[in-house]
Amino acid sequence: MADVKKIATRESYGNALKELGAEHEDLVVLDADLANATKTNTFQKAFPDRHFDCGIAEANMMDVAAGLSTMGLVPFASTFAMFAAGRAFEQVRNTIGYPHLNVKIGATHGGITVGEDGASHQCCEDFALMRVIPGMTVLCPADDVEARQMVRAAYEMQGPVYMRFGRAATPVFHDESYKFVIGKGEVVAEGSDVAVIATGVTVSGAMEAAELLAAEGISVRVVNMASIKPLDEALVIESAKECGRIVTVEEHEIFGGLGEAVCGVLSEKLPTPVKRLGLHDVFGHSGTAGELLAEFGLDGAGIAAGIREFLGK
Amino acid sequence: MTDREKKELQLAAVRVREGILTATHGAKCGHPGGSLSAADVFTYLYFKEMRIDPKNPRWADRDRFVLSKGHTAPGLYSALANRGFFPVEDLPTLRHLGSYLQGHPNMSTVPGVDMSTGSLGQGLSAAAGMAKGAKVLGKDVNVYALCGDGEIAEGQIWEATMFSAHYKLDNLCIIVDVNGLQIDGPTAQVMNSAPLDEKFAAFGCDVVWADGNDFDALEAAFGCFHANHGSGKPTAILLKTLKGKGVSYMEGQVGWHGKAPNDEEYAQGMAELAAARAALEV
Repeated sequence: MADVKKIATRESYGNALKELGAEHEDLVVLDADLANATKTNTFQKAFPDRHFDCGIAEANMMDVAAGLSTMGLVPFASTFAMFAAGRAFEQVRNTIGYPHLNVKIGATHGGITVGEDGASHQCCEDFALMRVIPGMTVLCPADDVEARQMVRAAYEMQGPVYMRFGRAATPVFHDESYKFVIGKGEVVAEGSDVAVIATGVTVSGAMEAAELLAAEGISVRVVNMASIKPLDEALVIESAKECGRIVTVEEHEIFGGLGEAVCGVLSEKLPTPVKRLGLHDVFGHSGTAGELLAEFGLDGAGIAAGIREFLGK
Repeated sequence: MTDREKKELQLAAVRVREGILTATHGAKCGHPGGSLSAADVFTYLYFKEMRIDPKNPRWADRDRFVLSKGHTAPGLYSALANRGFFPVEDLPTLRHLGSYLQGHPNMSTVPGVDMSTGSLGQGLSAAAGMAKGAKVLGKDVNVYALCGDGEIAEGQIWEATMFSAHYKLDNLCIIVDVNGLQIDGPTAQVMNSAPLDEKFAAFGCDVVWADGNDFDALEAAFGCFHANHGSGKPTAILLKTLKGKGVSYMEGQVGWHGKAPNDEEYAQGMAELAAARAALEV
């Protein structure tokens, strides 16, 4: 995949906001002094009157977004995942989630691929925090094409949405004809010995792992699960039925994220052996995105090793 | 206002206080103290100040009210019920299983509630968002947020105030019910917030003190808010009030922050309010 185009999904977020902003006058964007990093500055340059910098005050920003939404506007509240899901958890829970307001949260810099900033900024808990809020939709795109469609899908639905975007450039493997649908996953590689269900940047890694293992005679299905909540339960069950074993991969603690969502479905509906790849009760640390993915076993080679171990090969 | 108008407001405030007692007595819990201290400003807002339509609670161009000190829901509910948003007879269902009158304001179930609140410090931010939204949409909508003087220890209040001044939200009226008491004791002892006026002024607000249990004073204070339109500054109205106001055994008593009257206390409180009404009707 060396010659593949790479784009960070936070860039996609900014570009999609600008595109949607031209179509919809009710779309407004909030940021907390990170517009250059979250890429909402792309929207800001085009629509300065509809971009509100809230300063370094994420709790206030979330509730301001709630208030804006009650006036009929569609706010996209943007900051790093750590501050959107972490710092402002209770604001999101009580003032956006509880009244089920039409607020969209664009959380960039999710996971360990934040890299050099280290553990304080590497949010690996956001899926867990956002999933448990009743009625919250939780999404994480695998590439640029999906990310841009996701922003559009979030705008088009009524109700709160949490979207996690990445800092690091990631391979673009979808073509423009791809159509993202909330609640639907996607088989990106067919296989029958094991199914890998991945989300975000780790989908590319899982595809790489499938290629590595194919050479060893192991057939790996790869599922891109960009819709973490609602989860595509039918696809999870179908994959479990057809492959017999499931590996989940995410830039997230193994607690409360995609892995446990998949386990929840399977333990109730089709008990199936599952191995969860992610961070195992540890914080990240400084390093490049690539180094950290390798260290935590979430790049192509690491995911392949995890699958081999699971299959006893 | 005319004497007749004032008397009508005073009578409405008696009904709002009766509703507060009836609701908390029916619930066997809840927060009467801070509901009673704010009963007059609830009454002033819903019976005189705000552009609202009880028959059309979601009217897009209505003024908005956010009860940032959401635990005083009995006061808000009683004002809404007495103003015709829903039947006064429903007030005793407060906090009961199956009732739409949730323990803290719920915009999804209660007609007239503009924002779900209860977790302190958050309502003012939501109100600021509404005020900003009105500006963006070019709507002539005023937004009122009522905070507690204990609540303002929450840092988010000051984030919201900074935001409101920065974005020149002169359509936002920040009201603080300074009754001086919070759950753990006098506010001055639990977490001293004084000097409140200097704090709000330093954060960019036009500040006015008023007696929050006097309708002439309330009229003058909200007059300042209207006079500030066009100034680019949010208004902070600091209301000196008496916690438990209107029910003798609750007045100035910290213990009545979050406790419901029993049958005997309820009867006494209602008798006192009936006497207050009779005195007004003379």
